[in-house]
Amino acid sequence: MSDVAINPPAAGVATGASASRTSAVRTSARAAATRSRDNRDGWLFMAPYLVVFTAFVILPTIIGVWISLHDYDYTLAEKPFIGLDNYTGLIDGSSPFAGAFWQGMQGTAIFTVATVPLLLVLPLVVALAMNIKFRGRNFFRAMYFAPYVLGVAVVAVLWRYLLDTNIGLVNHYLGVIGLNDAIPWLTQLPWAWISLIGVTVWWTLGFNTVIYLAALQDISPELYEAAKMDGAGPWQRFRHITIPGLRPVLLFITSVTIIASVNMFGQSYLMTQGGPGQETRTAIYQIAETGLTSFNSGLASAMSMIFSVFLAIISMAVFFLFRERPDRPRKDAR
Amino acid sequence: MSTATAPRTIRPDENRKGRGASRTLLYVLLAILTLVFISPLLYMLSTSFKTTAGAAAPTPQWIPEEPTLQAYEAILGAEGTPVIRWLINSLAAATGQTLIIVVTASMAGYALARIDFRGRRILFPIIVATLFVPPVILLIPNYLIVGRLGWLDTLLAVILPGAAGAFGVFFMRQFFMGLPLELEQAAFIDGATRWRTFRTVILPLSRPALVTLALLSFLTNWNDFLWPVYVLFSPENQTLPAGLSTLQNANSVRYDLLMAGAVIASVPVLLMYFAAQRYVVEGVGRAGLKG
Repeated sequence: MSDVAINPPAAGVATGASASRTSAVRTSARAAATRSRDNRDGWLFMAPYLVVFTAFVILPTIIGVWISLHDYDYTLAEKPFIGLDNYTGLIDGSSPFAGAFWQGMQGTAIFTVATVPLLLVLPLVVALAMNIKFRGRNFFRAMYFAPYVLGVAVVAVLWRYLLDTNIGLVNHYLGVIGLNDAIPWLTQLPWAWISLIGVTVWWTLGFNTVIYLAALQDISPELYEAAKMDGAGPWQRFRHITIPGLRPVLLFITSVTIIASVNMFGQSYLMTQGGPGQETRTAIYQIAETGLTSFNSGLASAMSMIFSVFLAIISMAVFFLFRERPDRPRKDAR
Repeated sequence: MSTATAPRTIRPDENRKGRGASRTLLYVLLAILTLVFISPLLYMLSTSFKTTAGAAAPTPQWIPEEPTLQAYEAILGAEGTPVIRWLINSLAAATGQTLIIVVTASMAGYALARIDFRGRRILFPIIVATLFVPPVILLIPNYLIVGRLGWLDTLLAVILPGAAGAFGVFFMRQFFMGLPLELEQAAFIDGATRWRTFRTVILPLSRPALVTLALLSFLTNWNDFLWPVYVLFSPENQTLPAGLSTLQNANSVRYDLLMAGAVIASVPVLLMYFAAQRYVVEGVGRAGLKG
């Protein structure tokens, strides 16, 4: 496509009818040469990526489906085909791993339902504050984003210390202001969930804030000026200008946040070890343990397929929720 | 300079008092928030310089009473927790993966954006579609593949599978689509090959995109946790995040040690982040707007 414009215009050079014909032949010969060179170059440029892509994305996707249909124990020689037994065992509860799996799915659901609204609303509040022009704004922006660049391992180890029931900062300051200073943050419910959720919000709030900020800065200031002239108060301006202006990124932020929450693993693995009991184990935690520690690869693959189906349904729901909206502001405007 | 005078001319006088009050409120709120966000990190740093007893003191010491490098010495010299090795492993893995991603993704992104080769119309949708495949689907099969290749408990297992993601290709393709065609045409007319044009014309112009991709790739690999925890077993082969978790299991009450380990794992990324803060924050923001 890109080479079309590079060939010199053939018709302009030719004069006689025969000359025009030879020129056309020559041009098409040259086009064919360009074409085959493009084919060769294209594949050469693609080759390095395609090697890794095939080995670690395409191939494993196929293998994943295949082993989910087998009684595939990594350590055993015999790996018989069992059709959908892994799936039905999990769904009707007859598999010995079914209870743990659905417990993990429930843990993931609890965590997602709690974190997503917080991570949609709080970053918006922070972004609105940061969108006001004031001195040092870039400094604050940098601060709120900083925890996000730390890995989950650092975040979890740090917060285990801060949330320690006996020597942790959090309980100490709760005591200072006269509240219960012996909260078992990581070892009892509901505290364990509250800790996991709170730490996750602390850790990832900056990410969504930055995306909101970029979107806020794309809303034309004239819209606000015009609304002000028409006598719209701050709330009305927020409802009728800010929210519609954010709509395109809301789909992105919502999906990204859901996907991140649904994939939670490290916080619970490191902070609560899935406890108390197995209450705070998540689906990813169970899948990893089933497949990589118990070596029940077939069953773990079936789990990851079921998990992915749930994820796909949620993603589609989010997509439709946000896609139907654009009709509404028009109605409001009338 | 101009920021100091600008508000005065723009702001109408009658609003000044109200604005000033709400501005103070804004600063107070932001200061509290900053405290919440940054004090845990400062406390982590402070604790890494405490004695074991100081770290476990019932009243928090914001400034260590007896500042000491004891925790760093203990953790760096300890058997079974070779932190220097972990640091080198993490650096090697993150650098290696970043290089592979930057090279393969820029080449593939360029082909998909600019070369009209047969197969492009099929390849691009396939690659983009895998962006929507949940990573957990690849977890078990990739473990089996890496095992079959004999890479378990080696850095190759941490470097290669993660380099196959489609994000980099997609990101670079979008960037190359935005570059004007005329740049290459001049080079082609002079008889330059694709490869030469790519290297001498396109890549130098792509520095912002390449730096952003490199930073994001490095951060992702440096902080990756789930995969290294399961594919690396020997203490000396761990990366820092995986090692930190074994450190936690082995020293659940030695918070001075754990904080020293956490500081070592954070300093490289924090330095990198503050040096390239604009790139990272802008890159993330823009990625969100395009998504």
